[in-house]
Amino acid sequence: MMGLTPQETKNLGIGAALIALAALLPLFDQGFYLSISVNIVLYAALCTAWALFSGPTHYVSLATAAFYGLGTYSVGLGIEVLPYPLLLLIAAAIGAVMAGLVGAATLRISGVYFVIFTFGLAELVRQLVTWTQTKVSTAMGLYVFTEMTESHIYWMLLALTGAVFLTSFLIARSRLGFAMTVIGNDETVARHVGIDTARSKIILFMISGAFIAMAGAITAPRYIYIEPPSAFNPMISFLVVIMALLGGTRRLWGPLVGVIPFTIVMDFISSNFPNHTMIVVGLAFLAIVYLIPHGVTGLLEKVQARWKQRSAPAAVAKEKPA
Amino acid sequence: MNIIVTGILLSGTYALVALGLTLQYGVARIMNLGNGETLVAACFVAFWLYTGFAINPLVGLLLIAPAAFAINWGIYAVALQPLVKRAKNRGQLEVDSILATFGLLFLLQGLMILAFGGEYRSYTFLAERFDLFGNSYGLNRVVAFLAAVLIAGGLWFFLYRTRQGTALRAVAVDPNSANLVAIDVARTAAFAFALGGALTACGGALLSTFYTFNASMGVVFTMKALIIVIMGGVGDVRGAVLAALILGIAETFVASVIDPGLTLAATYGLFILVLLFRPQGIFGRAPT
Repeated sequence: MMGLTPQETKNLGIGAALIALAALLPLFDQGFYLSISVNIVLYAALCTAWALFSGPTHYVSLATAAFYGLGTYSVGLGIEVLPYPLLLLIAAAIGAVMAGLVGAATLRISGVYFVIFTFGLAELVRQLVTWTQTKVSTAMGLYVFTEMTESHIYWMLLALTGAVFLTSFLIARSRLGFAMTVIGNDETVARHVGIDTARSKIILFMISGAFIAMAGAITAPRYIYIEPPSAFNPMISFLVVIMALLGGTRRLWGPLVGVIPFTIVMDFISSNFPNHTMIVVGLAFLAIVYLIPHGVTGLLEKVQARWKQRSAPAAVAKEKPA
Repeated sequence: MNIIVTGILLSGTYALVALGLTLQYGVARIMNLGNGETLVAACFVAFWLYTGFAINPLVGLLLIAPAAFAINWGIYAVALQPLVKRAKNRGQLEVDSILATFGLLFLLQGLMILAFGGEYRSYTFLAERFDLFGNSYGLNRVVAFLAAVLIAGGLWFFLYRTRQGTALRAVAVDPNSANLVAIDVARTAAFAFALGGALTACGGALLSTFYTFNASMGVVFTMKALIIVIMGGVGDVRGAVLAALILGIAETFVASVIDPGLTLAATYGLFILVLLFRPQGIFGRAPT
């Protein structure tokens, strides 16, 4: 029906098999490995959702923490009155609306404004939430009591990651995906062939924001007590940027390559050298810019291309540029 | 009245920091997100000079500004020039410089947290009453403001009345054409970046005389400076000064009338208004 090529069918199959395999993990371990895997899957979902927008547009979005925090807060506020699955949908809707507003204000003009705007967005939302909370109630935080265990959160995040992958895959095949490819290559060309560039970018940002907010909502029961500084932690935004770029955003699975090692490294650093996390983050940014500008996947592709060239020099000329 | 004067006094330092950033972005084309860390570093150096050697912060400026100039020149030459050379277009350089200066931001902030810890610091300098229009203000704030005005005036003179300054403005308008009239663009850009760093450091040293600072507050100041730069129009000195005034007054107003916890919200409110109505800045002309 959708006209999948054998290669695409194979990739979808591999993806589904990997997710099914990963879903077995809680059967073997309930302690440290499960806990770090929750982190890995959380960042996998966040990074792929981030790359969904920032990959094709090359806009560095730092709004992740804002969407994530809104997601956790919608669960924190509603958990007493509404069923949990409904809250996840509400969180996604709030994320999308927020992304739409931010996008409408900034994505019509040059990309720098967008970066700057998202740079302080989490802090702005945090200030507003804190202020509203102190006006409305006396408590600073919210309690989230659920029946949810670490395994449930893990499975839900895994399902979410699968959904993000599937969405990215479908978008890449759609008109919107084609429009984004043209915009990413040359925005002026895109405008001249009649693509509403601002609209396409805003839609994509909204999808990305909805997924990120949903990830926040899923993780909310893990905190038990939600406070503005932990929900809107700006570090989340920066870690997502680093992991996604470290892996590379040219391939759908690229961010994953960055997420797995970097989550483990950050876990090790923050538990053993908590005062050095900033320095590691700084060095990671510098490494991305100076050593691996296209991420590890970009590096792999380069090696692969060189290897192909050596084995079959004639075939290279026929290959389409990516 | 009280609010307006306090706001204006605050805006002096904001203007210096924003002028530093506007030079770095407008002339050297580097969106320096680590700018706030220069400011914080200057705060700490001024603190150290004053408490350790009893050097008056105003005299300290004579040490801090040249040091910041040299260090920023070094940063530009080592870290940022390769990016300028590598970039194929403006957009690429923007993304690269944003990521690289994020790296600098975290690296510097991490080092300062290691060196000084995370707690807030301040020192007492000229903490006397100064009466103005029937209200009293801290003398240190007034002195810092006057010093900022002097420095900004000096910058204006340099940019609009000297050959080197004119070259700087030419590069800001169009680097390619500036090259044609025998301006060494690479050198001018490095100079502008270093000068921007020195201005920011002056802002930091002056700020430290009346403000409680800590190692991780740089980001907030970068944010404010960025918003001032955009409000005023990139590379526009008059615009930056006016925008700093507006921001200083708006912030003081919100902090004293509504809630001190909402200053960033006030800043952002202004930012959104500018983005919606005058994205080219207050004095900027609409792009053709």
